[in-house]
Amino acid sequence: MTLGEIKKSLLAAAWFMFLTFPIMVIKVNTIQKTVEWHWERLLYVAVGGFVFSFLWRYFLRRKQGGRRPAAPVETDEPEAVPAFQRLIHDRRFAMPALVVLGLFVLVFPYLFSMYQVNIMTTALIYVVTGLGLNVVVGVAGLLHLGYAAFYAVGAYTYALLNLHFGVSFWLALPIGAALGSVFAVILGFPVLRLRGDYLAIVTLGFGEIIRLVLENWNDFSYGPSGIANIPRPKFFWFDFSLEQSAVFIYFLMLAMVLLTVFVTNRLKDSRIGRAWIALREDEVACQAMGIDIARTKLSAFVMGSAWAGMAGVVFAAKTTFINPASFTLWESIVILCIVVLGGMGSILGVILGALVLILLPEYLRAFSEYRMLIFGVVLVVMMVFRPGGILSEVRRTYLFKEGLSKDGSLS
Amino acid sequence: MEYFIELFFSGLTRGSIYALIALGYTMVYGIIQLINFAHGEIYMIGAFTALIVTGVLTYYGWPHLAIILIAAVLAIFYSAAYGWTMERIAYKPLRDAPRLSALISAIGASLFLQNYVLLAQTSDFLPFPSLISDFAFLDPVSNLFGTTDFLIYTTTGVVMALLTFLIKFTRVGKAMRATAQDRHMAMLVGIDVNRIISITFIIGSATAAIGGVLIASHVGQINFFIGFIAGIKAFVAAVLGGIGSLPGAVLGSLVLGWTEAFFTGYVSSDYEDVCAFVILVIILIFRPSGLLGRSGVQKV
Amino acid sequence: MKRYASKRCLAAILVCVAVFAFSGVGLAQDTIKLGVAGAHSGDLASYGIPSIRAAELVTKDINAKGGILGKKIELLLGDDACKPELATNVATKLVSDGVNVVLGHICSGATKAALNIYASASIPVMSPSATNTELTLSGDYPNFFRTIAYDDLQARLQVSFARDVLKVKRVACLHDKGDYGKGQSTLAKQFFEEAGIEVVLFEGVTPGAVDYSAIVQKIKRENVDLVVWGAYHPEASKIVTLMRKKKMDTPFMGADGIKDETFIKVAGEFAEGVFATGPRDNTKNPLFIAAKKAHQDAFGEDPGVFFPEAYSATLALLNAIEKAGSTDFDAVTKALRSEYVDTPVGSISFDQNGDAIGIGFSVYQVKNGVFTTIQ
Repeated sequence: MTLGEIKKSLLAAAWFMFLTFPIMVIKVNTIQKTVEWHWERLLYVAVGGFVFSFLWRYFLRRKQGGRRPAAPVETDEPEAVPAFQRLIHDRRFAMPALVVLGLFVLVFPYLFSMYQVNIMTTALIYVVTGLGLNVVVGVAGLLHLGYAAFYAVGAYTYALLNLHFGVSFWLALPIGAALGSVFAVILGFPVLRLRGDYLAIVTLGFGEIIRLVLENWNDFSYGPSGIANIPRPKFFWFDFSLEQSAVFIYFLMLAMVLLTVFVTNRLKDSRIGRAWIALREDEVACQAMGIDIARTKLSAFVMGSAWAGMAGVVFAAKTTFINPASFTLWESIVILCIVVLGGMGSILGVILGALVLILLPEYLRAFSEYRMLIFGVVLVVMMVFRPGGILSEVRRTYLFKEGLSKDGSLS
Repeated sequence: MEYFIELFFSGLTRGSIYALIALGYTMVYGIIQLINFAHGEIYMIGAFTALIVTGVLTYYGWPHLAIILIAAVLAIFYSAAYGWTMERIAYKPLRDAPRLSALISAIGASLFLQNYVLLAQTSDFLPFPSLISDFAFLDPVSNLFGTTDFLIYTTTGVVMALLTFLIKFTRVGKAMRATAQDRHMAMLVGIDVNRIISITFIIGSATAAIGGVLIASHVGQINFFIGFIAGIKAFVAAVLGGIGSLPGAVLGSLVLGWTEAFFTGYVSSDYEDVCAFVILVIILIFRPSGLLGRSGVQKV
Repeated sequence: MKRYASKRCLAAILVCVAVFAFSGVGLAQDTIKLGVAGAHSGDLASYGIPSIRAAELVTKDINAKGGILGKKIELLLGDDACKPELATNVATKLVSDGVNVVLGHICSGATKAALNIYASASIPVMSPSATNTELTLSGDYPNFFRTIAYDDLQARLQVSFARDVLKVKRVACLHDKGDYGKGQSTLAKQFFEEAGIEVVLFEGVTPGAVDYSAIVQKIKRENVDLVVWGAYHPEASKIVTLMRKKKMDTPFMGADGIKDETFIKVAGEFAEGVFATGPRDNTKNPLFIAAKKAHQDAFGEDPGVFFPEAYSATLALLNAIEKAGSTDFDAVTKALRSEYVDTPVGSISFDQNGDAIGIGFSVYQVKNGVFTTIQ
């Protein structure tokens, strides 16, 4: 704590006082033509700015100290893998941990209130969508800003089919996934040539188009007033009470998460999965290696959207009411945040990301009106101090050992 | 025909408004390839600063012209300061991080600024004082466009010309172009890249503030959320024109504005945004890097 | 360094989750819990925040007098940002926290999504602002009440006024594509057509757009006798200002979404002559004056939209609990349906459907910068 440090922090505090002066201190009411001065707020800003600047520089230094200067991210050597990540790849630790976690997850609905079960189910829905988007963004490296549209496709599939034809939840589930994929193909074809942010903006546009159509086409989707009284899922012919049904959906989502994790994990190691990774790393080189780029991109979109469609069906069944307000651009952004904050490409990271991002605003309810402010700060701070996400993907390294050829040349 | 001309000017107004925000967007993008989600928020802060300053000065009875000048200058100044600070805190530590991390950081910053204004000020719409009195010479054409529309057209043109001049013909502009092309190379030839990026943010934010003041006087009311919607539209416009290109941003904005206006006028405003996005998709299919974007030859 | 950091980071997250998870477990019931749910953040926050303030003011008053049935009132806030899925979360949270009655939600969609959760826990819900007709008239939601009249009534009043007083032949119906706006406009359109008046334009504008001159030009071209606006005031003031600046003197009529002081303040001189339907004039009601004064003293500004309705709803709910002598669902709803209570919106009770009796609608016109009742 040197004098220079304090001086820097004082300077920062002064700067923040100056910066926030008009908006924090003066409150003008142009309707009543009154001016209020809140000088006390300036004091909070000063103290806050001082502390913030101090902590900020301290943590930034620590972050930089831990890393070799200007080391490119790609050449992370094995020892640079954080302890936690090595731990989870260590069977001796991972197995018991998994068992404990599994038990906790199974008894969770009986330990906590219905509210906890409910928000956990919401978080699990986002785990599935996050994992789905992870295929597109994290694995295949295609920035997708219209993902909520596919989620909407799933939700409206169930709501409308049920309303008009009485289709049951269980039948709607695969139909939702299939329709999600169909829409992904429709979106996929025109955008195959686009790269980077141009792709992002077209997916954004596509997401908005679907939402706006749902909003305006009253005869089809009942417009902004939405569809109410969507039935909750049944298990054969049992009729559940509200609490039982919440627990049931929780377990249903749990099963779906397991399925998603299994499938996406296997996919990542498959031929198509490695094609996706190659696509993410370098499109040109990927093409030069003889990979059909168009097909690879399209398959990533289709895979990702199928999960969104399925999650959408569950979402409609859980909420029992849907309207286009649930599928805005903001929703797509939240899902994208889950993927990036969790750690792109890493399955466990995305699961953690979804839990943190969806549960955090719920638990932040204690801070009531400050919660979205804190949420914004959390996003910035997380990204600054852990730009790779909570758990960044561990690159699989394939070691070729001579004499072990029976084991498969690349394992 | 008269109806067509009326719609033409409606579209021109919309387009110019998008352009005022899109210019800053595209500048920042051009230099660090960051979709600066918080750009709309900077615009909102500019408008709020102007509102607060005018409110205070009107309360103390200053002369009208002085109020306009001081409000505009302070709005520009404060927006630039916010832009600079935001860059220092939320983006600079992420220079070498994956691009998506910077995007999420930008989203976080945007959320923070929105809620900061919501909490410090109010959630209600506030009427924005009409700072500029109507020009008498525009009276005959008042069915086509009003005073604020006229000011927006001219300002958009002037800002675009100035920025183009700055980038094409000044030392700073040259450094900006070098940084945009290759940051490491620029560093090697002795350009202070961090300074250049800061300057870009300051200039981009200042244009956002000009937009904020003008658009707020045109619309007549502001609240904490105006930045988000305008920001998204401006971003779409910038990409449509070819992101990173200043004339592209203006052209993209105008195309977007006219599409919306003519579609509303001849078909229905229900689907104006749908039409705008469909046009966007079609244009990008045939010109994958926007109207005026550099062609997409990628060197390996 | 980094190793520890990541471990600690994870530990911190786990601890947080655990702490918050356990904190959800409720305490014993020694207060009356009033849930306040609605949009407290996001773009619709300005419609939800006034209801929190109303609830705060009322409970502060009542608690200062010793509470109800010897118990203090405790407020539990729930922010749903007007999103149905968050509304269900809020509802389950409030139910888990042992709430007795709920003031909210603000938007009709969110209210619909939340209602059957409250219903299964037998909790009466009263909204100050959800005007969707189905909420009460469909009979699906026996636990729902509201202190605002529903869209249907308002649209009928608008149409009869337009036909009998303004004697219009061609109208343009505009809305903001939203839950409230489009619902209201669709009804208005239906009733106009039933009354034999031609609706030449029925369109939604994009809320928050920076310029509406294209739609204004279109209105001008269609040469209508009246523009009927179905949604909130921010867009209305933009459109009416543009119309007047383009020298169009077509009458403009809105619903309770624009019957707000802010509309006049924002649109200024251009608001002059605008018609609006809205809850009957309460400005002379002493309770209304007192509530407004209390708000000004506490928050330094005039109350926002739906503040009187929310204030009245809080009063009605708490009064019903007091009259019922308990927080039992049947007793409270019975009291709501039988007892009259004096509120800022008048002396009200509730009918079988849950709609307030004693609130009425009037048509207003802006004259010299104030809404003045016509007829």
